[in-house]
Amino acid sequence: MSTFWSIWISVIVLGTVFGCVWLLWATRKSQTTDTETDRTMGHSFDGIEEYDNPLPKWWFYLFMATCVFALGYLALYPGLGNFKGLLGWTSQNQWEQEVQQAEARYGELYAQYGSTPVEELAKIEDALKMGQRLFANNCAVCHGSAARGAIGFPNLTDDAWLYGGTPQDILHTLNNGRQGNMPAKGTMPGMTNEQVDQVVNYVLSFSGRARDEAAAEAGKQVFAQACVACHGADAKGNQAVGAPNLTDDAWLYGSTYDWIRETVLHGRQNQMPAQSERLSQDQIQILAAYVYSLSN
Amino acid sequence: MKHEIVEKNLGLMIILIILTISGGFLVEVLPLFFLKQTNEPIEGLEPYSALELEGRDIYIREGCHVCHTQQIRPFRAETERYGHYSVAGEFVYDRPFLWGSKRTGPDLARVGGRYSDAWQRQHLYDPRSVVPESNMPAFPWLFEDRVDHTQTAAKLETLQTLGVPYTDEQIANAAEQVKGKFEIEALVAYLQQLGTVISEKR
Repeated sequence: MSTFWSIWISVIVLGTVFGCVWLLWATRKSQTTDTETDRTMGHSFDGIEEYDNPLPKWWFYLFMATCVFALGYLALYPGLGNFKGLLGWTSQNQWEQEVQQAEARYGELYAQYGSTPVEELAKIEDALKMGQRLFANNCAVCHGSAARGAIGFPNLTDDAWLYGGTPQDILHTLNNGRQGNMPAKGTMPGMTNEQVDQVVNYVLSFSGRARDEAAAEAGKQVFAQACVACHGADAKGNQAVGAPNLTDDAWLYGSTYDWIRETVLHGRQNQMPAQSERLSQDQIQILAAYVYSLSN
Repeated sequence: MKHEIVEKNLGLMIILIILTISGGFLVEVLPLFFLKQTNEPIEGLEPYSALELEGRDIYIREGCHVCHTQQIRPFRAETERYGHYSVAGEFVYDRPFLWGSKRTGPDLARVGGRYSDAWQRQHLYDPRSVVPESNMPAFPWLFEDRVDHTQTAAKLETLQTLGVPYTDEQIANAAEQVKGKFEIEALVAYLQQLGTVISEKR
């Protein structure tokens, strides 16, 4: 703050406080007696007169006390421009103090598990309890409180993993997030509606649910052209790019004809947000152990 | 001095009243117009893109700011949940600011990137489908209505007049960028950039 504004603020603030004191003194009535009620303001309306009593003493001194309090407050806390106050208080250092206190209290709790390998951590009950709390606070909004996911949000309790379910994979996912992207019509932008129908039937045929066997047969060609780059020739997916296995019964976006058709037609974009800036490494380790424990 | 002097001279009373009630404004508000912290954008802050700006107007239209604040106070309880506390320099391009004053729902100052786009869409279409205990209203019409692109350029121009550093090129392209977009796209674009300039929590 420039010196001008610092002085500007100080002068007005102090001027207001001393102005109040002056006003109270200057307009104070004689305090010689508390019972002096015979004097009036000297005007009369329809015979109604107004007493001219002094302010009760306790009231007067209470007013004064507020002014004294204000001066004390301004001396201790930053209120006068650039003057920092004798306590050196700022909202920022109060926050830092709070954080440090919490760090001293909870940091150890997290730190004791921070360097334990995920597989071992997943067997320690206390760590899993902490992991469950972290999960409820940070992950349940998308993956659900039971971690069973929803449409578009993976179920973490089954064996199907888009990006791998090893401790390293889970840690990587938590730290860096994931960007899922299936282009519309895969790698075959010119796919006709008939070919879409065929490839959907072919995908359904992996689980014996093809509507039209002939179409499914024809869909094999379309699949080879549009889908194998990511999902692989055997349709078992590729965890390196997050392409799901199409032959199991885990479906991120629904397994019916209509859902799959929608997916093929318009593609799918999805993200798992990175957590490394929101959570400490110790917390991420514990969280990874909890997620790992759900399916192991 | 007597009360009478003030009480019987209206002109003097008016002047004294104005002086008294302007004290707070002169001390607490006026200096902020000239302070560096409140006028200079923090490093990396960009003006809203045309789509984000339209999303912001939808945010205002739907009254999101009535139940959601956009201001993280420097308390640990808040920074643990929402991220780094808000600083004045983040809001210099906000006209008006949307700090809000009541949290029926959570603070949104740093909601950007916190959830996936898909989650935001799902949540706005049917909040209870992802957060069962939510009492947020659903906004299904955002998925049907298109953004009104006819006013976009004018909005950017107005903000430019007010000092937001939009280039003339950005203004010229503004309508094109939002034309045909659904309102939900604009709103999600706005939400996903909220508070992302300061992302570190600690």
